[in-house]
Amino acid sequence: MRNALAFWNRFRRNRAAVFGLFIVFAIILVAIAAPFLYPDDPMGMVAQPFLWPLQDPEFPFGSDSLGRDLGAQIFHGAHVSLLIGATATIASVVIGVTIGSLAGYYGGWVDDVLMRFTEVVQTIPPFIMTIIVVAIFHSTIGTIVAAISIVSWPSVARLVRAEFLTLREREFVQAGIVMGMSDFRLIVTQILPNSMTPVIIAASLMMASSILIEAGLAFLGLGDPNVVSWGAIIGAGREAIREAWYISALPGIAIIAAVLGLNLVGEGLNDALNPRLRRR
Amino acid sequence: MAPLLDVRDLTTQFFTQKGAFAAVDKVSFKVNAGETMALVGESGCGKSVTAASILRLVPDPPGRITGGEIIFEGKDLLSLSMREMRKVRGGRIGMIFQEPMTSLNPVFTIGDQITESLREHRTISRADAERRAIELLDLVRIPDARRQIHNYPHRLSGGMRQRAMIAMALACDPVLLIADEPTTALDVTTQAQILELLDELKRRLGMAILLITHDLGVVAEYAQSVLVMYAGRGVEAAKVEDLFRQPMHPYTRGLLAALPHPDDKVDSEGRPLPLNEISGMVPALDAMPAGCRFEPRCSYAVPACKTADVRLEVLAGGLRSAACLRAAEIDQDQS
Repeated sequence: MRNALAFWNRFRRNRAAVFGLFIVFAIILVAIAAPFLYPDDPMGMVAQPFLWPLQDPEFPFGSDSLGRDLGAQIFHGAHVSLLIGATATIASVVIGVTIGSLAGYYGGWVDDVLMRFTEVVQTIPPFIMTIIVVAIFHSTIGTIVAAISIVSWPSVARLVRAEFLTLREREFVQAGIVMGMSDFRLIVTQILPNSMTPVIIAASLMMASSILIEAGLAFLGLGDPNVVSWGAIIGAGREAIREAWYISALPGIAIIAAVLGLNLVGEGLNDALNPRLRRR
Repeated sequence: MAPLLDVRDLTTQFFTQKGAFAAVDKVSFKVNAGETMALVGESGCGKSVTAASILRLVPDPPGRITGGEIIFEGKDLLSLSMREMRKVRGGRIGMIFQEPMTSLNPVFTIGDQITESLREHRTISRADAERRAIELLDLVRIPDARRQIHNYPHRLSGGMRQRAMIAMALACDPVLLIADEPTTALDVTTQAQILELLDELKRRLGMAILLITHDLGVVAEYAQSVLVMYAGRGVEAAKVEDLFRQPMHPYTRGLLAALPHPDDKVDSEGRPLPLNEISGMVPALDAMPAGCRFEPRCSYAVPACKTADVRLEVLAGGLRSAACLRAAEIDQDQS
């Protein structure tokens, strides 16, 4: 408990990070509030098309070219973006940590095989790779999450491997071996907790990039057609961008806010957790 | 009575690009239950590798134990499976290291780390494990144990951390504690306290200690028997009193002569004369002499030393042994 408080005090020193955290919380609140504020299907055509924001008090965010409530779409879109961002991040961290820790702990041919594989994956342009995966399989939230994690895990794996390479030589790991611990226990209880700091920081940034990738896919029309997504709204608004630019701009602002917020939080975590900066 | 630990002809080799080198070359020694046995020698003589070999901690590659037996409680440790070996580590044999600063995991509390060892080897409830952790910290004289178990390692001083390490090593009542230069990283007053503590624990718990050190003063004070190592080989084994009273190997004699002594001669102006030293350097692993490895530095060397494969030979009365062709003569020379 005392540690958590000390951590918060360090985090708080970075004003931008606190601002970022505020944005992230705000978006989470929006996602939670969506089904209560807009209980109806956000894809339903409920209004006159091309209502500008604040033109009709019933639809403060305006409506798109098909007369769908933009506010409902953006609120529900927050839910989808956060869901995809969070699950894709968790999945890539799990894959990356597993591969990175095995490679770093065992070294030798295990390391060679796993790292060459990681490098092969890294040579594929990430966005093209996600498009291919989503194009081959049906576009559902599940396949989008899978596609994003497939391209995101290598950076985590390399990070964790590097941490393991230095940590496994440390005396406390030797002490663990001397205590009779198995490899699995050494990895999970001794080394992994010591290598979590960079992973946590990378995860917050990765969540931001996952949201961006998802928006990009949806913009190209490769998103899950059954859910609203910020990227899809921008894509749909593109055709009318000269007459009604607000249709693309509003979800665009939402994406910027989410990505900015998560990046600021990541920076703040880095400052607060990085032992070299800690002693300022 | 059979010794607790009987190391016979242990050979540990390192395989490098320049070829295979024996860091430990047919080293034999015994540790009896309840006694402190010291492995002494200068840096690089193979004493730490010997200790690591006993628990099979030598990193492979590049190192491998290529010969010998390590009989512990009647079983050859070298023939055990990894699973059986893990039961020995921390269960029957505990080990502490040189660097108490880095031997504790920075992200866990002292109490967590002690209970970790207990839970590894025994089925024990959380509450019981915590009680035992407090008991162990009391045993190693860490004040206010009840509070200290919730502290992280960085809050403890070096001496306190070494005490915590000892507590971890003792968690499962080992019968043998391997202490690899346990006080090298500590300041002198703390060193004495830690060694006193180890000595007291040895007597109270009836365990044996394998003490690895380069400090002959520590050997004289705390060990009962000793093996002097030089360049990967055992050169002299004896009871501590015998070794200090009557060193039989030229290397041991050189080491003892190099110790500063209160009665050291002074020059005409009252300044102490330079300490005696053994001339020359330890030969590199890839340039070992074919015969006796100490021959190039030895003042007693005869031509036969260049070729003879001298190994520990039992001497006078069978209580001690030395690896020297001329050990008997040197012995005569002394008395």
